[in-house]
Amino acid sequence: MDNNGGYKSLINIWLLLMFLTFITVWIAQFDFGALNVPIALLIASLKASVVALYFMHLKYEDGMTWIFATYPIFLLFLLIGFTVVDMFSRVIN
Amino acid sequence: MGLYSITTKILKSIAYPSELVPSIEEDDGHHHFDPVTEHEGAKLGMWLFLATELLLFGGLFAAYAIYRAKYPEMFMLGSSSLDVVLGSVNTVILIFSSLTVAVAVKAIQENRIQLVKVMLWVTIICAAIFAVNKYFEYTYKFGKGIYPGTDIFYSIYFAATGIHMLHVFIGMAVLGVLLRKVYQNKYSKDNFTAIEIGGLYWHLVDLIWIYLFPLLYLVG
Amino acid sequence: MSEAQESNYLENGHGFKSWFYTVDHKRIGVMYLWAIGVFFVLAAIASFLVRAEHLTPGQTIVSADTYNVLFTLHGAMMVFLFIVPGVAASFGNFLIPLMIGAKDVIFPKLNLYSFWLYLAGAAIFLIALAAPADTGWTFYTPYSIETGANVILITFGVFVLGFSSILTGINFIVTMHKLRAPGMTWDRLPLFCWAAYATSLLQVLATPVVGITLLLLIGERYFGLGFFDPAKGGDPVMFQHFFWFYSHPAVYIMILPAMGIISEIMPVFSRKPIFGYKAIAYSSLAIALISFLVWGHHMFVSGQSKLINIIFSVITYAVAVPTAIKVFNWLWTMYKGSIELSTAMLYSLAFIFLFTIGGLTGLFLGALAADVHLHDTYFVVAHMHYVMIGGTVFGFFAALHFWYPKMWGRMFDEFKAKIAFVLIFIGFNVVFFPQFIMGTLGMPRRYFNYAPEFQTFHQISTYGTWIIGVGFILMLWVLMRPLPGKAEGNPYDSLSLEWSMDSPPGTFNFDEIPTVTEPVYNYGTKIEAEE
Repeated sequence: MDNNGGYKSLINIWLLLMFLTFITVWIAQFDFGALNVPIALLIASLKASVVALYFMHLKYEDGMTWIFATYPIFLLFLLIGFTVVDMFSRVIN
Repeated sequence: MGLYSITTKILKSIAYPSELVPSIEEDDGHHHFDPVTEHEGAKLGMWLFLATELLLFGGLFAAYAIYRAKYPEMFMLGSSSLDVVLGSVNTVILIFSSLTVAVAVKAIQENRIQLVKVMLWVTIICAAIFAVNKYFEYTYKFGKGIYPGTDIFYSIYFAATGIHMLHVFIGMAVLGVLLRKVYQNKYSKDNFTAIEIGGLYWHLVDLIWIYLFPLLYLVG
Repeated sequence: MSEAQESNYLENGHGFKSWFYTVDHKRIGVMYLWAIGVFFVLAAIASFLVRAEHLTPGQTIVSADTYNVLFTLHGAMMVFLFIVPGVAASFGNFLIPLMIGAKDVIFPKLNLYSFWLYLAGAAIFLIALAAPADTGWTFYTPYSIETGANVILITFGVFVLGFSSILTGINFIVTMHKLRAPGMTWDRLPLFCWAAYATSLLQVLATPVVGITLLLLIGERYFGLGFFDPAKGGDPVMFQHFFWFYSHPAVYIMILPAMGIISEIMPVFSRKPIFGYKAIAYSSLAIALISFLVWGHHMFVSGQSKLINIIFSVITYAVAVPTAIKVFNWLWTMYKGSIELSTAMLYSLAFIFLFTIGGLTGLFLGALAADVHLHDTYFVVAHMHYVMIGGTVFGFFAALHFWYPKMWGRMFDEFKAKIAFVLIFIGFNVVFFPQFIMGTLGMPRRYFNYAPEFQTFHQISTYGTWIIGVGFILMLWVLMRPLPGKAEGNPYDSLSLEWSMDSPPGTFNFDEIPTVTEPVYNYGTKIEAEE
């Protein structure tokens, strides 16, 4: 059997996720201007990593799984990156 | 053959497509790779599939990034019109359902079948509550005359949450089939791959929502 | 062969059900082969009609609207029903488990479902023919939003086909990770498998983006979402970004398996180890990575910004490098080899020759300044067909001939097959070479009408299609009428694993999973040992 930690640690992970959810809702009432989206994304990514690492056991998977799990994120940045560069470097906008 | 029996046949074949394939297990040796290979392979395959799901939503995230940068006011206005309370409740529900699926995956590895049943039931019920909340949210928006296409923000809102909703339904169907097979005693600590990869799929539904929620509801 | 397998996979069960419900990767591969073969013929007929229409300026045989439908049919069917799923799904399915020493792919049932999905998607496509689409295979907005023709059905068909292609890709990747026979290390993996691996990566990672794009296009038509509609603040060029994010890697989905085929055939008929095994293998992966970075070179005149044009143009040259590495390695494989000019080898040689022309003209198009002149002219049409027919289709034909004894257990008439090859090769160049010239002179693609000074080029091009048509028919005739008598298990003395059992293989491929002890293309040393 995988050494996944007990049920208790799953519940601890869940509590952490709830806490982060609270933070993200709470922090939304303050206006950080341009930083609003980055902050929200940072917390969301933190939550997502926790879900992936512990609930989805990514922590215990081999390197190949890691590559397949993270490579699409890189592609996503490519898609967004190039498209955004195009949109905002046009002379006529 | 009467209309009734044809209809049931069609419905059955939609509900259980695998039964369309007549008695594959008996007549061939293609299936019998060793269990470890099958388990590892199924997990790797599921992760690859999750990668495709992520990129499917990737198009929506890209559209979000572009149009948010282009029309910040529209996104402020649209975002503040969404119901943060309902969104937060749904977030909590989905995260809880993620926990229950994780527990179910753990429980099946210890042969605690009763716990698996309870956890899968709770997950499916959570998914149903999520869907009902979304239904109220949508009808409320429609009542105010807001539809997909009202403006770009609402188009993204409806497209993203709609496609996410579709995944919730698919997830419910997957978990339902798993639950039915648990009741048929098909799974045990030596055979839990299906539950594990079904669980991975459900976690993905949660993962996507973890991003959609702040991007749509909170960053106003 | 031992008594464990009395019959081969072709004889193990007869009738429709034994095929349609099979989970045998070989049978599924053969079914793909038939299906893509049928669509190839249909799409080719559409192209012959398109060419015949161009015999004279103005209307020759069909109206302008029918012409638009015909070239859409040709392009969309060739791309989505033949060339994207084509080689990978048919020969990939048939060969990968045989080559890596496995009984089947890792998810045999999923494999069958992928095939059914392919058929379903194809059926939707064929229904869409009845309510024709006229957008070209690219479905560019805003026209695809506004046209009265049937866009939703055909895009939904593409979506379903994409699903099929994703599932096949996942199946192949996991199969190659988990089911390689003992001793079949990554550096002994046949190069066809490497190519199929890279192809599968692209299928898995690029297809979902076109999936969401087409869903949004459908949403655009149903709900007026506005993402691609300038009147609502959207941007039609964004559609092109998303579309080419998939469709440029898709170009490599089309060509990579054919490159794999050539890498298999070259060493066998040169009786030499492949030159630069690692370079060819890794260049497949490099293509899979770099091809995601260059999609914007399809959009130089779309109105995207100058900055991004320059960026994409520069990166585009990078993708030529791994391709060139392969070509040089094939050439070096033949150097001082004892070359046997079998039909499969002829197709492979033609592949290298034509693909190089296609690739080099691609560099013209990748150059920003030249592309502004050449974009949307027949130059692009010619370039694309040199890569796709001269590349993929010739590779596909090479595979059809090379693995013919493996698949069917019979031999074909080499002499007649070579005549067919000569006709196809000449016909192909007669069709497409004039199009390079026409294109540089400014003949735009997809136009129904043309200026009289182009008539000679158009006519030569059309006559070429008749030569190539005769060649196709002869080739089919040869392949449909195998020579009497059973083929040897390994007629070419090939060393790779798929030739190690009887031809055709038994249902479970190997009586016992083999253990691999030496590199796959060890030709020189083996022959010396025999002597």
